[in-house]
Amino acid sequence: MSFSVTEPSSRQKWFAGTLVITYALITMIPLLWIMMTSFKTPPDSISYPPKVVYEPSLEGYVNLFTTRTRLSPEALAELPPPENFAEEIVRNRNMVIAGPSKFGGRFLNSVIIGFGSTFLSIFLGTLAAYAFSRFKIPLADDLLFFILSTRMMPPIAVAIPIFLMYRQLGLSDTHLGMILLYTAVNISLAVWLLKGFIDEIPREYEEAALIDGYTRFQAFYKVVLPQAATGIASTAIFCLIFAWNEYAFAVLLTSGTAQTAPAFIPTIIGVGGLDWPAIAAGATIFLLPVMIFTVLLRKHLLRGITFGAVRK
Amino acid sequence: MAEVILENLSKSYGKQKAVIDMNMTIEDGSFVVLLGPTGAGKTTTLRLISGLEKIDEGSVKIDGRVVNEEIPAQRDVAMVFQQYSLYPHLSVRNNLAFPLRSPILKTSKDEIKRKVDEVAEILQISHKLDNKATELSGGEMQRVSIGRALVRDPAIFLMDEPLSSLDARLRADLRIELKRIHHDLGSTLLYVTHDQIEAMTMASHVGVLQEGELVQFGSPREIYENPTSVYVAARLGSPRINLLPAAVFNDTPNDVHTLGLRPEHIAYGDGEDATVKRIEHLGDHTRLHLDFKGHAVTGLSPEGNPYTQGSTIKIKPVNPLCFNEAGNRITGRVA
Repeated sequence: MSFSVTEPSSRQKWFAGTLVITYALITMIPLLWIMMTSFKTPPDSISYPPKVVYEPSLEGYVNLFTTRTRLSPEALAELPPPENFAEEIVRNRNMVIAGPSKFGGRFLNSVIIGFGSTFLSIFLGTLAAYAFSRFKIPLADDLLFFILSTRMMPPIAVAIPIFLMYRQLGLSDTHLGMILLYTAVNISLAVWLLKGFIDEIPREYEEAALIDGYTRFQAFYKVVLPQAATGIASTAIFCLIFAWNEYAFAVLLTSGTAQTAPAFIPTIIGVGGLDWPAIAAGATIFLLPVMIFTVLLRKHLLRGITFGAVRK
Repeated sequence: MAEVILENLSKSYGKQKAVIDMNMTIEDGSFVVLLGPTGAGKTTTLRLISGLEKIDEGSVKIDGRVVNEEIPAQRDVAMVFQQYSLYPHLSVRNNLAFPLRSPILKTSKDEIKRKVDEVAEILQISHKLDNKATELSGGEMQRVSIGRALVRDPAIFLMDEPLSSLDARLRADLRIELKRIHHDLGSTLLYVTHDQIEAMTMASHVGVLQEGELVQFGSPREIYENPTSVYVAARLGSPRINLLPAAVFNDTPNDVHTLGLRPEHIAYGDGEDATVKRIEHLGDHTRLHLDFKGHAVTGLSPEGNPYTQGSTIKIKPVNPLCFNEAGNRITGRVA
């Protein structure tokens, strides 16, 4: 049998493959369970033993997006026939649709706050990282360490001061307040990641642009930025994932106007018990944007994780 | 095209002095080569002229105007870097057009196209114009970066070892090409290298730098034949000048400490014994590596090479260069 240093044997490949697949299955089961639950009816969702095979229903999604009123069987009988599938599902439970739920608005809040803070983190982070990478800044190393040190405790540890501060400043339950908060948390990650990427871009490119008749800022915009695109994309994913998923501050600081989806979903309570399919439907829809974003940029993401490990 | 004057130019990085009190006049239309080993301050000088480094003391005058406080874009200089100079996200055509599109030049579209095509023609890269910059070979990349300097009509071209990363044949080709371009355009050029062949073949003037100081400035011939110090003498000539303690010869004056013997300063068949250690046949000429009283001496064999390895021959210095103990030249003496 031949022996190779670089090429793993078929047994090693088989072992590694099994390990990866097992791990993937373990991590994916909860997600799969949530998605399955979102397509169950409320009785199916709490049946014991749990149903793996069941008749799919959109009731969870209908309940998620609507508020409903219970009517007496006589009143129901007098109504005209249901206009759409949603109405039909609700009528089967002796109810009618009273109006839209708050979920749409809360989801929109998540989009505004998540993408807004990601944009702000990347914008400030890129400028700061460029400055740290290129200019002689007094105490640059200490400043960088200070920026990193903001991540040395969980952000929630400062929840009370922030809560009091936000109340004083009138930032509680506002979009701006949440965007600023998530940006403050993400900016250290953004500066450090982006500094790594910008360090890898040789200075000669900008110097060439300076001599070719451009100002420092034009050189940054025309030469550095296009080459840092990969780094910016992967940093953006990390920032978005944090801001999108953040729960504790969202619960603490938002209750209405600026409430995000993670804070809202657990408050979906059905009639006569928790409406598990509706909660699961909310979680499923909530997962989609980050999933799509990540799949689209997955090549950049992988490079983002291993950045700086391999030098040309 | 303009005259560039450096007056008492100084630059240090912390305690490290990179350029010390440099005075130099680069005449309009001249091809000046700065020669010196790594760390002599060649590149720093270019960067001070271009504005990529801030001047500590002294001044740079371009076309009669002190440019110390101007940003690189305002100084109207073009620079070719040793490497890494093409914008990797742009095509070759856009790389060449980049300086023309700058807010300072604002060239019209037709004019950009005309100039880019013209320069591509000169540098023989017309067929690669639509490639990405990263798809070129090393030689093509360097031609494009030279082209990016040529599309403009700057006061001075600054070149920082532009040929050092290329293979020997390409280097020879581009050397001739650069000389021709300089001749055709009549532009002013400041060229940095540690390659003496480039210095000898292209320069109208050579400046030799030693640890940040300009130690000699003159025509290549002057530098070769009349070096002011041991250091300058050792910069030019292939094979290198042989430096021997004066004491190995009997009749040298007392104040002469070192004798510099270029191969043409050695006469064969007369004088004192030397042993042939090795013979190198290089095609057009033959090098002799000799052992002369325990010192290694390299010389050029006369036509037809009558010598064999291990044989003993007689050699004699003819008009050698004399240096005193400090390494400075002593002229007007024949050893």
